[in-house]
Amino acid sequence: MSEDLVKALSNLQEKDVLRIVQERLNNSEEPLSILEDSKTAMEIVGKRFAGGEYFIPDLIFSAEIMKAITDIVKPKLMRLGVTQHIGKFVIGTVAGDIHDIGKNIVTFMLEVNGFEVYDLGIDVPVQKFVEKIKEVTPQVVGLSGFLTLAYDSMRDTVKAIEAAGLRDRVKIIIGGGQIDENVRKYTNADAYGEDAISAVSFAKECVGGK
Amino acid sequence: MEKSAEELYKERNKRVEDAIRLQVPDRVPVAPFFSFFYAKYAGLTPEEAFYDYEKWRYAVKKTIVDFQPDMYLDPRFSVISPGPLLDIADCKQIKWPGHGVSPNHYSFQHIDAEYMKEDEYDAFLFDPSDYVVRTYLPRLYGVLEPLKMLPPLHSMLHGYVVAYQLGAAAKRQIVDAFEALSRANAEYLRWGSEMNSLGEELKRMGLPSWSESISQAPFDIIGDFLRGFRGVVMDMYRRPDKLIEAAEKILPMQLQRTVFFAKRTGNPRVYIPLDLGSDGFMSPQQFKTFYWPTAKKLIIGLINEGITPWLHFEVNYSSRLEIMTELPKGKTICHFERPDDIFRAKEILGDIACLKGGMPNSLLCTGTPDDVKDHCKKLIDFVGKGGGFIMDAGAAISEAKPENVKAMIDFTKEYGVYS
Repeated sequence: MSEDLVKALSNLQEKDVLRIVQERLNNSEEPLSILEDSKTAMEIVGKRFAGGEYFIPDLIFSAEIMKAITDIVKPKLMRLGVTQHIGKFVIGTVAGDIHDIGKNIVTFMLEVNGFEVYDLGIDVPVQKFVEKIKEVTPQVVGLSGFLTLAYDSMRDTVKAIEAAGLRDRVKIIIGGGQIDENVRKYTNADAYGEDAISAVSFAKECVGGK
Repeated sequence: MEKSAEELYKERNKRVEDAIRLQVPDRVPVAPFFSFFYAKYAGLTPEEAFYDYEKWRYAVKKTIVDFQPDMYLDPRFSVISPGPLLDIADCKQIKWPGHGVSPNHYSFQHIDAEYMKEDEYDAFLFDPSDYVVRTYLPRLYGVLEPLKMLPPLHSMLHGYVVAYQLGAAAKRQIVDAFEALSRANAEYLRWGSEMNSLGEELKRMGLPSWSESISQAPFDIIGDFLRGFRGVVMDMYRRPDKLIEAAEKILPMQLQRTVFFAKRTGNPRVYIPLDLGSDGFMSPQQFKTFYWPTAKKLIIGLINEGITPWLHFEVNYSSRLEIMTELPKGKTICHFERPDDIFRAKEILGDIACLKGGMPNSLLCTGTPDDVKDHCKKLIDFVGKGGGFIMDAGAAISEAKPENVKAMIDFTKEYGVYS
């Protein structure tokens, strides 16, 4: 049974997924096991994306199906599972920029790879990053931006993190449509990512994973 | 002897046309994708660019006269509509300086949302114009909300029998909406006349305009303006047939309106940003199924009408370069954002399309004039070899250092000469 759900979800077969979930609930199966299988399937989705087999629309659609599963299962949960995270990551689109597709993809990939992600949203003021870093002490911070105006916002954010005395405690990675090594140097970030995969590998390095 | 403005105008046009037709011009043309750079360079605030037409006109003129590119980009590509008009219309689809985004940032930004709901494909397909007037416009512009009170537009097919419906259409709220809009007309005329006379003035100075109108692939019309990115992604899985049908429906309309506006401007080069077709946004299979068939028909249809599509391959298009060999020879301009893409494109598309771009905006923003010259040299040596290349930044130029932009233009003029 559990094989079916993992297979259907990882293959993005929405109707089958919803049918299986309903059947399992009707058979009085424990809701938590449904969520655990779903998590396994989402990890497969993440691996297929990393391997070039899946593309961004596949991730967005899988997240949509996952949301539908959670909506059905959550109200029936008796106990919450304890998720082990491998690290904490604070992410946001920097001040002045409202683009979020890229940021959301990175968030998705970090989550399926075991990170606890704090997503601050779009057009995030410099100070909000600083406060969140103080509050949750992440190992990694991700600054996202699509427009060239984001270069200065990224640089200002890195500076503010430094001024708050937090620069040594976090690694900072930047990413977005027009971000490259020139911008990394300009902003004084530790790394830039061409895509979500490189953000995940960098984050893993930062927390001492492979 | 000094060349007259008229001679310069002709010379610049020929230089660009030669490059587009894949012949060898006298030198590599340079036609920068100026956007809010106009405002920033001339010291305007972002709000002034949107709200003060005279200052905006001054900024554009100053920039073009100071930098002397072979062709300039029409300022209506950056300030798409003037601020007061957006205010009156209460436009819900973009944020502009002081209205949803900071007054200190040179940009306007699109709000990605479902302006057409997932269950509205049938209404759209049944009668797109009726759908646009009664459902879409009321969502897009606050001022037009009362239009949703109108009876179906096609009910007027009943002739005099439904004459009384004209009375219903002239509801107080609808009349008020159009009265509010009449103020938009005054702004449109004032802004339009500044922009038009600027174009004429620059022409008299021998400076031609690169492009003055825009078109988009049917899939992008759906993804950008109707369904939003998330919406159109869901549609690829949940209602693929409707999505394809809607793209096919939009295609002839898009052809008609593009030809209409291109003929009105008299400028043959039409900007086509291929937004959602980029590598990151969909798989090669999805590109071939949903995006490329109608995009290609649009491009070919426009070429048949004498238009030169200026195709902007935004962000990353490496995996699609081979497909572009389907384009007819010497009829398009392929503009690449990533340097990697344009170098590879020279090998794959070099004898099919004129290539433009390849200068990273990041370098213009953060590098030195020497860095810029080094990169220009590489572009001219490799991509410029044998003609068919126009120097430009990869994407719209807003936050660039003026000395770097100057280096790109001056170095191209100096080093880009074909012997």
